[in-house]
Amino acid sequence: MAAVTRFNLLAKPNIGGALPVSLQLHRFQSTQPTTLGTPPPQTKTKFGPLADKDRIFTNLYGRHDWRLKGALKRGDWYKTKEIVLKGPDWIVNEIKTSGLRGRGGAGFPSGMKWSFMNKPGDGRPKYLVVNADEGEPGTCKDREIMRHDPHKLVEGCLIAGRAMGAQAAYIYIRGEFYNEASNMQLAISEAYQAGLIGKNACGTGYDFDVYMHRGAGAYICGEETALIESLEGKQGKPRLKPPFPADVGVFGCPTTVTNVETVAVAPSICRRGGLWFASFGRTRNSGTKLFNISGHVNRPCTVEEEMSIPLKELIERHCGGVTGGWDNLLGVIPGGSSTPIIPKNVCDDVIMDFDGLIAAQTSLGTAAIIVMDKSTDVIKAIARLISFYKHESCGQCTPCREGIGWMNKIMTRFVKGDAHPSEIDMLWEISKQIEGHTICALGDGAAWPVQGLIRHFRPEIEKRMKLYAKLASN
Amino acid sequence: MRRLLQGCRSIHMSSVLRTGGQMDACAMRDMLKFEFSEDNQRRVKALLAWYPEAEWKGALIPLLDIAQRQQGWLSISAVQAVAEIIKVDPMKAFEAAQFYTMFFMKPRGKYVVSVCTSTPCKLRGGDEIFEACKKALNLVHGQTTPDMQFTLKEDYCMGACVNAPVLAVNDDMYEDLDEKSLADILAKLRKDKLPPAGPQNGRCACEPKGGPTTLKTPPPPPGFMMQDLPDPKTKKKCQ
Repeated sequence: MAAVTRFNLLAKPNIGGALPVSLQLHRFQSTQPTTLGTPPPQTKTKFGPLADKDRIFTNLYGRHDWRLKGALKRGDWYKTKEIVLKGPDWIVNEIKTSGLRGRGGAGFPSGMKWSFMNKPGDGRPKYLVVNADEGEPGTCKDREIMRHDPHKLVEGCLIAGRAMGAQAAYIYIRGEFYNEASNMQLAISEAYQAGLIGKNACGTGYDFDVYMHRGAGAYICGEETALIESLEGKQGKPRLKPPFPADVGVFGCPTTVTNVETVAVAPSICRRGGLWFASFGRTRNSGTKLFNISGHVNRPCTVEEEMSIPLKELIERHCGGVTGGWDNLLGVIPGGSSTPIIPKNVCDDVIMDFDGLIAAQTSLGTAAIIVMDKSTDVIKAIARLISFYKHESCGQCTPCREGIGWMNKIMTRFVKGDAHPSEIDMLWEISKQIEGHTICALGDGAAWPVQGLIRHFRPEIEKRMKLYAKLASN
Repeated sequence: MRRLLQGCRSIHMSSVLRTGGQMDACAMRDMLKFEFSEDNQRRVKALLAWYPEAEWKGALIPLLDIAQRQQGWLSISAVQAVAEIIKVDPMKAFEAAQFYTMFFMKPRGKYVVSVCTSTPCKLRGGDEIFEACKKALNLVHGQTTPDMQFTLKEDYCMGACVNAPVLAVNDDMYEDLDEKSLADILAKLRKDKLPPAGPQNGRCACEPKGGPTTLKTPPPPPGFMMQDLPDPKTKKKCQ
């Protein structure tokens, strides 16, 4: 019930409420850059399923040609010149109108983020860095974009780069994605050969380069400042902010780091209009999204769906339901490994969008849904995540370096039940001491799964401790 | 006291040890000699063009990767060769190289078999796959077979979670594994053949098994639902 109250609170500040009805007309009649850049309020109440015609990633499953020829046939690079010539303000405004929020986990409004780059220049070049260092357990959406729809990303780089006035884009792709990087590189070369990027990109008179940079296996490099450090040839250790990357980023120049999906949807938004994109999902959570559903479902898959689709419908429609039926569900990690787990009674009617999941005390993250049925040892599942975070902590901040080590030790004992119930509170306290006390969000990401576990599965942990104590005393 | 110290020194300076040390160092230097091959020199040159000249250090990781592909692993002399090209302190380059898990600072097997045991893979049997690999290859995590054919690694998240469980052999990923397909893959690798990568249960990529639930219609043509973009030449630009 508390969750419902909180949700109501969140929905109240309706920022799109004061918009004129004839927004679209107004936008096209005006010759001045429109100051309007807020998505209109959503009037729909039912979300999903998405119609095929509204899907952005039409080659998600690799059934069609991913090379330039096939991409052109599917509508990529169509009138890109006209879009680029509309200029940064128009593009940023379109993105703002669409209500697009970053798809990498934090959900920061993309239009606003991109507009930070449009401060008066000081002669330094600007860079767009695309974060393709996808390593969060559960997440595998960018991989599909890069191997099956690479031209969407290349075109997105050009449009996003134009919106920021960037001179080049670096795509930082994780080292494990070798074949995906090959596809990406081929797509970039094709685009260069066709004159779509490079000098005088698309014949617009604007020079824009796209480069690939392969990482070498470090989860932390998915954090924006760590990624910048890594791109500069150093150890991937996050930097203190400020200065923010928009001031001092890669090679000391203004930089914006964005997720692959955010960049790849930008051309479609510019083509079909921000209002089209904003027509999906609830207000402030608009758009379509790639969902990865893994774990205990009958048919795990990646699927593009409308935001705000109920979790249950998403799983039943596309994945053939939870193994053994919906009643066999134990819990779901709704947004990649760093988001807290939610139990079945919350899953029953939770809505898959930023606000809906915050109301359920978790987060949309990257929309990587890890489903666990009743056969799962949930403590072990979370312990495995903690050992992952322990392995991936860069070691800069003491709370993260030491704290996650402690949590890992405690969780290992919890798996067996070899602990005292008072240690549950101790673990909670440690996680609270890590959260928010580190340079980057890896510490938070490690603390949240533990907090989710304690919040919803405390009886399970205690039960196991009792069982262990009983066996030990015999 | 002085004599004692001299005695100490004389042990260190003893000719036997000294020549022995020198021989080892020389042999090691010859063994580890590293120079980019002609092909790779071209690659290095092409790669460096992607970075501003003052920022060649950014090319460190891609260059180390090329060096590792040439040598099979990353020796200290390879790191030094890379550091010299991009004009950074060799120690800095070495530190950075050690940070990343994909650089092997000691010789590795021809096939690096990494099994994902992260939670999504674990839920679908990643642990069993890893145990089966351990048994089949007779290795533990991080070990290499004496014939330098296989290195086994327990890895965290390969980024193919909807195709769990996943195993990577060098650059290729084998997805949707079960015990049988794993045995097939390992048998082929034993014969020095790299089986075709991808899902092993008949899936094409990340669609639901048995056929997609979406994207059943052909993709819409270019310009579908395109909004009206006034011609920038006739209308004033929104600059």
